[in-house]
Amino acid sequence: MSAVDTAVLALDPLLSGDLDPGIVGIVILKAVVAFTLLLVSVMLMIWFERKLLADMHNRIGPAVAGPFGILQTLADGIKLFFKEDLIPDRSDRAVFKLAPYLSLVPAFLVFAIVPVGGDFSSGDGTVTWFGERTYLQVADPPVGVLFFLALSSIAVYGVMLAGWSSGSKYPLLGSVRASAQMISYEAALGLAIASVFLTSGSLSMHDIVASQVDGSWNVLATGVVPFVVFLVAGTAELNRPPFDLVEAEQELVGGFHTEYSSLRFALFFLAEFMNVITMSAIAVTLFLGGPAGPILTDTLGWVWPVLWFSLKVFAFLFCFVWLRATLPRLRYDQLMDLGWKVLIPVALGWFLLIGAMEVADARGWPLVPVVLVGMAVMAGGALLLIGAVSKARAERLADLERVELEGESV
Amino acid sequence: MGYFRGFAVTFRKMFEKRVTTSYPRDKRPKPARLHGRHVLNRYEDGMEKCIGCELCAGVCPARCIYVRGADNPLDEPVSPGERYGFVYEINYLRCIHCDLCVEACPTEAITESKLFEFSFTNRADAVYTKDELLVDAVTGRPRHLPWEDWRPGDDAMTSGWMRATSPSGDASYSGRVSWSGELGHGVRAPEAGQSDGVDSADAHQTDDEGSGAA
Repeated sequence: MSAVDTAVLALDPLLSGDLDPGIVGIVILKAVVAFTLLLVSVMLMIWFERKLLADMHNRIGPAVAGPFGILQTLADGIKLFFKEDLIPDRSDRAVFKLAPYLSLVPAFLVFAIVPVGGDFSSGDGTVTWFGERTYLQVADPPVGVLFFLALSSIAVYGVMLAGWSSGSKYPLLGSVRASAQMISYEAALGLAIASVFLTSGSLSMHDIVASQVDGSWNVLATGVVPFVVFLVAGTAELNRPPFDLVEAEQELVGGFHTEYSSLRFALFFLAEFMNVITMSAIAVTLFLGGPAGPILTDTLGWVWPVLWFSLKVFAFLFCFVWLRATLPRLRYDQLMDLGWKVLIPVALGWFLLIGAMEVADARGWPLVPVVLVGMAVMAGGALLLIGAVSKARAERLADLERVELEGESV
Repeated sequence: MGYFRGFAVTFRKMFEKRVTTSYPRDKRPKPARLHGRHVLNRYEDGMEKCIGCELCAGVCPARCIYVRGADNPLDEPVSPGERYGFVYEINYLRCIHCDLCVEACPTEAITESKLFEFSFTNRADAVYTKDELLVDAVTGRPRHLPWEDWRPGDDAMTSGWMRATSPSGDASYSGRVSWSGELGHGVRAPEAGQSDGVDSADAHQTDDEGSGAA
């Protein structure tokens, strides 16, 4: 098999032999099931978020549509579908129509590379369906993690172009904030992920999960710090509270989607919540062993990994809602300070430390001196950074004071 | 660690009791003296109490009451006196439910019920006519209009209950009956004064409708 074939066929053992209609059928089935599952889970996620948020606020939440209001999202979707579709006069019509899809399609595609099941501890992560061995994952490109980063960058375009093409000031302000926030936190996100693939030794999501068998989950293998950085940066990347400056209702009406209505607004809404789910799934895959967990019965053994995976994702979703219920929104300068002055240096330093440890491991150097030297170098770097920042601040304050004094003398 | 205390607060709230009432489905009990829409009362023999004096219209700060009196027909009198309310209309788009008309009425003809949940779909419905305000000629209960949301018990104690508790405006008053009986309600027993140590809440309970029906 040539390198091109490997890349195109995405390394699924299903596709390694000759293609026949049955195999094509399974591939199509997987895609359709993933698509439907994601849509249904988004619907449930929106309901769950509203219900849990209401619980934490001591309210009741949606309670009318269906039992416990579980069909509320469906009702909202139908309502949005029948609303008038407005396009502002001053908008750039083509871009205005394109933007929601730039948000939605990446959200869908990211989920394709997430392995949602498969026994990795005693098998090779495949399941056998209709006599064919296959991954429980729509595709496993060898550059999986890069694919994820690339798509989350494209999602920024959706937000940015939506705000820009609306021809209105609040959406523009919202999208400027959004692009600045998402781009700066993507750096920290990427650096946190880089630690993962240094430890796992692969970019393929399937291999990353396979490297975490026997409980050596990346959250511990990389030393917790990248995990924390990933969570914070991921929350910011999702524009979720407390980093929801993009949609800060009190300041920007609705942010980048202020001018959107009807189905186009629904697409943004869908993409936003879908991103929450896919980001949780990515976090579970990269740091918490994906579908790893005990397989308790032999019959229907493939159900257990899927169950463990769902439980882990659910824990993340709960935390996202919990964050929203608890924390107030950050100020814009605090957001930028946290991103550039804390998360990126920490993630970068930790990445270098893990790199040094990997090299030491490969060369057979003693671990303790390597870590100590690494820490010392980083402490020096941190001191230099802090020194530079405080010097700059002192000069700025001095300038300010001089201007004030001159103002008084005049 | 103060930063994380907030998370404990929101987590704890999940298990606390809700204070929300699912309003149109469940309702809280209304206060006994709630100022809702008016009713025009009748005497125990079915005669209308309104004498068409227009004092209510005169005192109304929102100018929402329109009354025209007329002489009672000699062979078939509507009210015991010389005149009766020939036209009686209240515009609920203007009424502020201040109860001044109830205080002004010399015959306790107009009182306020606890019914306030009405949603008309046109302005004509918002103007209640005499027919709509007048209590039923047999039972003495207010008329249930199609756009009003009633729950059992909402139409109880719609008569001169407010006055029966404290006719002189003196909370410690007790004893003498100085009000007329009403169709379906009878003559209210005087309430114990509120400053002589008797629990006034109990007095409210015993003063339920129909207690003194003749």
